[in-house]
Amino acid sequence: MKKKRWYDYLWVWTIVYFALGFFNILFAWLGMIDFLVPLFIALFGGGKAFCNRYCGRGQLLQQVGGCMKCSRNTAAPKFLSSKWFRYGFLVFFLTMFGNMVFQTYLVAAGARGLREAIKLLWMFRVPWGWAYTAGTVADWIAQFSFGFYSIMLTSTIIGLAVMALFKPRTWCTFCPMGSMTQMICKIKAGEKL
Amino acid sequence: MERKSSVDRNVCVACGACAKVCPKGAISVWKGCYAQVTEDVCVGCGLCARTCPAGCIAVKEGRVAR
Repeated sequence: MKKKRWYDYLWVWTIVYFALGFFNILFAWLGMIDFLVPLFIALFGGGKAFCNRYCGRGQLLQQVGGCMKCSRNTAAPKFLSSKWFRYGFLVFFLTMFGNMVFQTYLVAAGARGLREAIKLLWMFRVPWGWAYTAGTVADWIAQFSFGFYSIMLTSTIIGLAVMALFKPRTWCTFCPMGSMTQMICKIKAGEKL
Repeated sequence: MERKSSVDRNVCVACGACAKVCPKGAISVWKGCYAQVTEDVCVGCGLCARTCPAGCIAVKEGRVAR
């Protein structure tokens, strides 16, 4: 057994993040760490150290699917790790992210009111009003929190679903952050995308 | 013949799940692009192949043993 390092426990961070957001949605902003750090590491020569070492999401899937054996642990369909699906999912994900930012802009501009709900799987609206007291911060800051938390929770739900069905880290094969960072690394190394 | 892990670089997503389980430290992610096997160290146990979520690692009859 290999010696465990401090970063092998970062799956705890994923649980803490969702717990914090359950009680106060403004903590959703902390998710920006998981969004920006991988990109910065990839851009500034660290390769995929984030996926390889620090990703709490991947570790959580490994803990639940691997150590707790909540995974069928069978091969995933080939298309899930094919390039068109990976890049297609990345485009879809970024589009939805852009839409979320646009909704935030609409609230900031006063064209729309704050909606205290999160949207799961881009479809299901779940009331989440208990996690926010109206007027605590500017409406757009709260709106972004709800939107960002939705994205984080949605990707975790998909991740857990494919974890249960296939191998623990199946999510990693089409994770948009993983696709983006690998793209950056391949471009930098002069490899074929 | 020795059995060695071999990575399909075109499919590898560089997640590093293989490197985490390798008991010999024989597989690592090269510059964030894909996993690379150090054949001198690999014992062909197949743990990486079983862990790989993309199914891009196969244990093959590698080079001839010296």
